[in-house]
Amino acid sequence: MQKQIQDVAAVQKQQQKQLQKAQGYDVVITYLTAPKRWWLYTLILLIVVVMLSWSGTTVKFKGMTSKGSEIAAGIWNGLVHPDMNLLINTTTEGVPYQLLQTVAIAVLGTLIGGILAIPFSFLACDKVVPKGIAFIFNVFILLIRTIPSLVWALVWIRVTGPNAFCGVVTQSICSIGMICKMYITAIEDIDTRILESLDASGCNGFQKVRYGILPQIIPNFISTVIYRFDINVKDATTLGIVGAGGIGAALIQCITSSRWSMVGSYLFGMIVLMIIIELFSTQVRKKLARG
Amino acid sequence: MKQQSFAGRLTVNLLLMAFGILCLWVSMGGATAVVLSVLTVLSLLWAMRTKQMRLANGKTITQPGSRSLLIAMTLVDVVLASAVVTGFDFSVIMRRGNQFFVILEQIFSPDVFDIHFVIDPEGKHAYFLGMDTGIKATLQVFADGFGYMPKVITPLLDTIKMSILGSFVGATLALPFAVIASNNINRSKTVMWAERIILMVIRTLPTLVIAKFAALIFGLGTFAGTVAITVFTFGVVAKMMYESIETIDMGAFEAMESFGSTKFQSFWSACMPQILPTYLSYCLYALEMNIRAAAILGYVGAGGLGLLIDERIGWRDYRGLGTVLLALFVVVLIIEQLSQYLRRKLS
Repeated sequence: MQKQIQDVAAVQKQQQKQLQKAQGYDVVITYLTAPKRWWLYTLILLIVVVMLSWSGTTVKFKGMTSKGSEIAAGIWNGLVHPDMNLLINTTTEGVPYQLLQTVAIAVLGTLIGGILAIPFSFLACDKVVPKGIAFIFNVFILLIRTIPSLVWALVWIRVTGPNAFCGVVTQSICSIGMICKMYITAIEDIDTRILESLDASGCNGFQKVRYGILPQIIPNFISTVIYRFDINVKDATTLGIVGAGGIGAALIQCITSSRWSMVGSYLFGMIVLMIIIELFSTQVRKKLARG
Repeated sequence: MKQQSFAGRLTVNLLLMAFGILCLWVSMGGATAVVLSVLTVLSLLWAMRTKQMRLANGKTITQPGSRSLLIAMTLVDVVLASAVVTGFDFSVIMRRGNQFFVILEQIFSPDVFDIHFVIDPEGKHAYFLGMDTGIKATLQVFADGFGYMPKVITPLLDTIKMSILGSFVGATLALPFAVIASNNINRSKTVMWAERIILMVIRTLPTLVIAKFAALIFGLGTFAGTVAITVFTFGVVAKMMYESIETIDMGAFEAMESFGSTKFQSFWSACMPQILPTYLSYCLYALEMNIRAAAILGYVGAGGLGLLIDERIGWRDYRGLGTVLLALFVVVLIIEQLSQYLRRKLS
C-alpha cells in the first residue's frame, strides 16, 4: 500500500514536471528558484528602524507652548486676512518693493554665480583636466556647497555692510556649488565626435568651440541658470533674516512682534511671486529642452 | 517646425520689450533709462524685420528676424535695474575685500587639533616626558586638545537625527498625496488640482519661516526643526513623485482593474514595483538636502548646529565657526557619498 502511494506520487511528480516544461511553466520555476533576498530586506528594515528609534531619542514632542494655539490661530488669521495697505504700498516698506529687491538680488546673484561657475566647472571636469586637479576642484566646490548660505551672508556682511548688495555677493558665491555640479554633467555629455569631424573639415580652434562645443552646452547652461534662479529667489527671501536684504528681514520682524496681518501680506506676496517664477522657469526650461 | 505667425511674434517681442522698459522705469528713470528704452525699442524693430529669400525652385519664403538682440537687450535692462535696486557697487569689494579673507582665514584654521601645552602648576614640566607625570600630561593635552570639537558633537547628532526623522515622516506622507496628485491614477480633476495647488504653496514657504512658526508653536528645540524638515520634504518629494508616477506604464494597472481588483490593490501590485526605486532614490536625495538645510534651522531656534553657528558668529569666534563647519562638511561628505552609492545601486 505504502509503496503504491509512493509510486503514484513519483509518477505524478514526473508528469507535473513534463507538464510544466510543456506549458511554459519555466517562468514559475525561475520565480520560485530565484535567490531569496528576504534577509537583505529585513536588514534594510532593521537599519531603518534602528535609525528612527535612535533619532526619536532627542526629538520629543513636548506639547504646544502656552501661547502655541494662539499663535497658530494668529498665523492662520493673518494668511486669510492679509494687510491690504501693505500689499499695495509703494514705499520701501511695502510688499511690492520688498519683492522687487528680493528678485533683483536673485537676478544678479544667479547671473554672477553662473558666470563664475564656468571656469570652475571646466577645471573640475576630469574629461578636460587631469584627474588630480579635477578632484581638488571638486572638493573645493563641495566646500562651497556645504557652507550654508546664511553663514556666507554673515561673512560677507563684514565686507559690504547689512544691505541688499550683501545678498547679491552671497548668492553669487553660494550658487557656484550647485551650478558647477550641473555644468559638469553638461560638459561630460559633450559629443566629441563632432569635434573630430570639424577637425577633419579643417576648422580652427575658435570655429571648433563656436560650432562644435557651444551649441551643445549653451542650452544646458541656460536651463541650469534658470533653475538656480528659481532656487535663489526662494533663498533670497530668507537671507534677510541675517540682514542681507530682501523680504526676509521685514517678515521675521513682523513674526517676532506678532503682527500677523502684516506677516500674512508678506507671505501672500512671496507665495504669488514664487508661483509665477516657478511657472515661468518650468515653461522656459521645457522650451529649451525641446530646442 | 511650425512657424510662428507675425502677430504671435509681435506679441512675444512686445511683451519682452515692455518688461525690459518697465524694469528700467521702476528702478531708475532719468537719462539712462531714456537711452536704454530707445535702444530696447530699436532692438524690437530689429527683431521684427524679415528677410525675403528665393529658393531654387522659384518659391519665395520669408525668414523671421532673430530675437537674440532683443533678448540680450531686455536682459541688460533687467540686470541694470537689479543693480540699481540692490545698490550693487563693486568698488566696495575692492576696498574692503580683505575683511572677507581675514574671516575666511580664521574659518579655515578650525579649532580642532589645537594643542595647548599644559605647564605643570608645580613647575615640574621638566618631567613632561617622564613616565609618571607624562601620562597625566598627555591626557590633559587630549582633554584640552580637541578645542571646540566636543561641544559640536551633540548638536551635530541632533541635526542628523532631525533630518533623518523629518525625511522619513515627510517622505512617507508624500507617497499617498503624490498618488492623489497624479493625473493617470486619480480621475477627479478637481481633487488633483486642489492638491497640486496646496503642494505648490507648501513648496514656496521657505524652510526657515516654517521653522520659525514651528518654534513659536511647539517651543524651541529639535521638534520644531523636525516639523520644518517634514513639511519641506513632503512638498519636494510629493512633487517629484507625482511627476514620475505620471510617466509609468499603466498597462498592468488597467489589466488588474479589469480583473476586478480594487484601485489600491492594483496600484500596490502593478505600480509600486515601478515607482519604488525612484521613490527610494528621491528619499535619499531629500535626506542629502535636509542635512544641509537642518544645519541652519537652529538660527531661528529650531535646534541643531544652527544654534552654535549663530552663537559663534555673535562672539566673533570664527575658528569655532570653522570647527562647526568642518564637522558639518565631514558629515555631508559621508552622507552624500553613501546616498549617491545607494542611488546608483537603485537605478
